[in-house]
Amino acid sequence: MLILASLITLAMAVVSLFVGVSDVSLASLFAGGMDSRAVEVLFISRIPRTMALMLAGGSMAIAGLVMQMIVRNRFVEPSTTGTMESAGLGFLLVTLFAPGWPLIAKMAVSALFALGGTALFLRILRAVPLRDVLLVPLIGIMLAGVIGAVTYFVAYRANLVASLLAWEMGDFSGVLRGRYELLWIGLVSAMLAYIVADRMTLAGMGKDFATNLGINHRAVVSLGLSIVAVVSAVVLVTVGMIPFLGLIVPNVVSLMVGDNMRRSVPWVAVGGAGIVLACDITGRLIRFPYEIPISVVMGVVGSVVFLYLLLRTQKRVAA
Amino acid sequence: MPAPSLPKKLSRPALVLIILAALALISIALFMTLGAKGSWSFVLSFRGKKLLSLVLVAYAISVSTVLFQTVTNNRILTPSIMGFDALYVLIKTAIVFFLGVGALISIDSQIQFLVEVLVMVGASSLLFRWLFLGEERSLHLLVLVGIVFGILFRSLGNFMQRMLDPGAFNVLQDTLFASFSTTDPAILAISCVVVAAVSLVGLRLMHTYDVLSLGRSQAINLGVEYKRTVAIILVLVAILVSISTALVGPVTFFGLLVATLAHSLVGNSKHRYVLPAAILLAIICLVGGQTLLERVFAFDTALSIIIEFLGGIVFIFLVMRKSAR
Repeated sequence: MLILASLITLAMAVVSLFVGVSDVSLASLFAGGMDSRAVEVLFISRIPRTMALMLAGGSMAIAGLVMQMIVRNRFVEPSTTGTMESAGLGFLLVTLFAPGWPLIAKMAVSALFALGGTALFLRILRAVPLRDVLLVPLIGIMLAGVIGAVTYFVAYRANLVASLLAWEMGDFSGVLRGRYELLWIGLVSAMLAYIVADRMTLAGMGKDFATNLGINHRAVVSLGLSIVAVVSAVVLVTVGMIPFLGLIVPNVVSLMVGDNMRRSVPWVAVGGAGIVLACDITGRLIRFPYEIPISVVMGVVGSVVFLYLLLRTQKRVAA
Repeated sequence: MPAPSLPKKLSRPALVLIILAALALISIALFMTLGAKGSWSFVLSFRGKKLLSLVLVAYAISVSTVLFQTVTNNRILTPSIMGFDALYVLIKTAIVFFLGVGALISIDSQIQFLVEVLVMVGASSLLFRWLFLGEERSLHLLVLVGIVFGILFRSLGNFMQRMLDPGAFNVLQDTLFASFSTTDPAILAISCVVVAAVSLVGLRLMHTYDVLSLGRSQAINLGVEYKRTVAIILVLVAILVSISTALVGPVTFFGLLVATLAHSLVGNSKHRYVLPAAILLAIICLVGGQTLLERVFAFDTALSIIIEFLGGIVFIFLVMRKSAR
């Protein structure tokens, strides 16, 4: 099954290579030789874009899964816990005050902010003793709103609102060779999640339970937080926010294969890459030759899928 | 805190209302007079229009939130968290998308406004009915469904906006992102009429609110015609939400902030205290906040950002305190 899913995702990746305004087809690739325009477009734009889609999709979905394990709540992901917003605030501040720093340094600042924001979220959760399932995502969304407001306010004072909106909106159309490679860092951290998957699964069963089984709960949670923060920062800095990805993919996968993280991580990665590819291709085709940014397509598709999931679970419980 | 010096007759809710009313009057007075230069007749009429729209928005948001919470029997959901101002934006976008930008410019703004409100009431009544009058659903599910609906409406609106040509997009943007400082007088006038009508209907139902807040089965037991009453109140809420969104655009946490504060200040949940307290609080926040920003800090359009910021923080603290008890 997993192989089938990977094949479908791979097929979409191939399709993604050949979709676009500039004509890239097998015929044009072979006709022109190695230095033709089609080959150039392929290597400078199409391959980087497709890679970026798969990297961002896979690692964001895994970040969502890790987040859900740490918080022990199915309805959180980096953009509903303030993580993404904190990363955005960090990036905005570093862009304002140290515009000359290299991108990787800016990204590091952004990751630190993301870490701080997520830690704040966990702190607030700890101060709420009656942990209602409903309250957790709600507090997260509030916190995200508060941090978002701070970011917006800074941007407003610095006359940067338009550019803030532009780079926070998830969009792959600007991805070129040399502009996406940071995403590999995201992939590496997401792979770390696979290595510690068993411990994560146990940590997801609660602090006391995990400690009883000899897990250093604190260390696992900190590692998980760092993974989430790095992935969020990397994705935010290179392509912007992609809503719902970290929410839907882990939920669908959990319905299919259960909550053992070692089993679900590959599924989540493939699923994340696949859904991002599908949404991006849709966005490119629907108003050809113009593009609709992926965050918009993802918002529509994601919310419909999520609504379906929510109402379906309800029916099953009621029956 | 005991207050022995007070005469016995003045109960806590009454005291709260008096203090709030005084604060509201002070903020209104400051808003009208602070830093005014030149001709008074100009200043008063210019600021009066702005004041009217602020008060109208404060009224619409606070009343709709309190009633919504009563009907749904919870203190967390609000119409805007359920995505209803996003629905308004979607409807407006859809009008431009399907009828063209000409419709937005050529049709009289009052008629346009009425049509939008009507469509909004229809659409939201359907959604409300499905969510609240069908089978019993958990609050947890409703909140999430609401938030997701909000994102869906926003994304769909965004999606349609992307399909528009740039010129139409710009015109639409202008009408969508109205702020507290710009308001069309024609829409203001019609809003006043609609709000007055809504308030009359709302007043006639006043006796049912306290009963409704006991929950569905209690209310039915106590003889309230549940479905009909709730349906009417939800329509009223939908109208108020469309008016406030039309005047200032979406403000997510404001209603929540005001309603929660009103409940905790008044100390009981009788609507004859909570409703006026919420309205007064909303006026203090909006008018006072705008005064502070405009005259003291010289920021002009940032009020909604700051409300969002404070509303979120206050809410988080309230949730923490409430569950710590």
